[in-house]
Amino acid sequence: MTSTLTPAQASPETSSDAAAASQQEITGEIDAISAEYAATATVPETMPRLDYPPYRSSILRHPTKDPHHADPETVELFAPVFGHQDVDALEADLTIAHRGEPVGERIIVTGRVLDGDGRPVAHQLVEIWQANAAGRYIHKRDQHPAPIDPNFTGVGRCLTDADGTYRFTTIKPGPYPWRNHFNAWRPAHIHFSLFGTDFTQRMITQMYFPGDPLFALDPIYQSIVDPRARERLVAAYDHDVTEHEWSTGYRWDVVLTGSQRTWMEPETTA
Amino acid sequence: MTQSPTLPPTPGQTVGPFYGFALPYAGGNELVPPGRPDAIRLRGTVRDGRGDPVPDALIEVWQADEQGRISREPGSLQRDGFTFTGWGRTSVDRTGEYSFTTVVPGPTEGAAPFFAITVFARGLLNRLFTRAYVPDHPLLESDRLLASVPADRRGSLVARRDATGLVFDIRLQGEGETVFLSYPGHDG
Repeated sequence: MTSTLTPAQASPETSSDAAAASQQEITGEIDAISAEYAATATVPETMPRLDYPPYRSSILRHPTKDPHHADPETVELFAPVFGHQDVDALEADLTIAHRGEPVGERIIVTGRVLDGDGRPVAHQLVEIWQANAAGRYIHKRDQHPAPIDPNFTGVGRCLTDADGTYRFTTIKPGPYPWRNHFNAWRPAHIHFSLFGTDFTQRMITQMYFPGDPLFALDPIYQSIVDPRARERLVAAYDHDVTEHEWSTGYRWDVVLTGSQRTWMEPETTA
Repeated sequence: MTQSPTLPPTPGQTVGPFYGFALPYAGGNELVPPGRPDAIRLRGTVRDGRGDPVPDALIEVWQADEQGRISREPGSLQRDGFTFTGWGRTSVDRTGEYSFTTVVPGPTEGAAPFFAITVFARGLLNRLFTRAYVPDHPLLESDRLLASVPADRRGSLVARRDATGLVFDIRLQGEGETVFLSYPGHDG
């Protein structure tokens, strides 16, 4: 059983806790994959590669067979419905979950959830989670020596409105270290979980902040090998979202893929 | 169908290791109350390319009810104990096993019934989709998707029975690798 081994004994090349490689080695692998993509790609890739060895824990967890094409049927043409009994309006403000004010830079993050044809995904669930301003998660696996903020949990939910708009008030998360390789740091990000009108549109992703110096070094961000595709995960600072003497603002739209429902629309909006 | 220009999709990313305080919720794995007479357990183990359990995967299930009806009812996050919403979510335990309390879906529109499954995990850079078909169902014979899968891999899409219900193991990689699905509009 691997559980009886120390991280150093467990296969160093596939364990995310091994921290065996240097940043230079990881960056070299990232750059080699990028260069190969730039030289040979004919159709732009839009998704992360599941097989992306610089992210060590993907090595044993990616399917080796191509996904099998399926035409969505029956239940796959629908998605679960969430309503106001599921989500309290207060859950969209991550700064009011506790008695005191959390520490850090208060931000508003808003945007629209759209399908591939630009139609709003209305009244659907958006969930987020994140580290606090010091880069610490409320999670037992995150033990790095940065302070926990007693006034910040870092979990939020909301429903999109009729226009597909979501909006959260939160604290700007900090970058944090992880053990993919030695001295590995994740760029600051907010995890987003999204549903569409179809099961096939389900997605989980991460939203990043503009200009992060860690982008080039991060194998999770770089697993989306097409530069334009990965830039779609970076929010834009938006002064129209920023509020006077209160909060800075970011805008980030999400486009879901895989909807087959054009012809069923009247039924689903009922 | 409208032929407006398609917007480029937003890429996915791994769920990471720290979703545990955010995504799982009380009652997430109880699509029906455990005491209901026709309740079954749908369970399985998620394994990696070495066959080791994956202890930090998150599984979601979406299904029709026992009559094959697709629920359009809210309430999956705050269950009332009576409404069947058809959707559930749970994280696996330390041994990589997930478990849902649910009902066996019936056929919808004459199609072989299945559970639609989504898999997330640390180390998995995007979600995976698959189907867990109800075993021994007469409609399996005529199912188009199953017929399109090579015979030696078809079994990975069909649950098996045990004393408490159904078992659907998920192998991310390697021997017996689960058939994962892509839908129109998806890459790959």
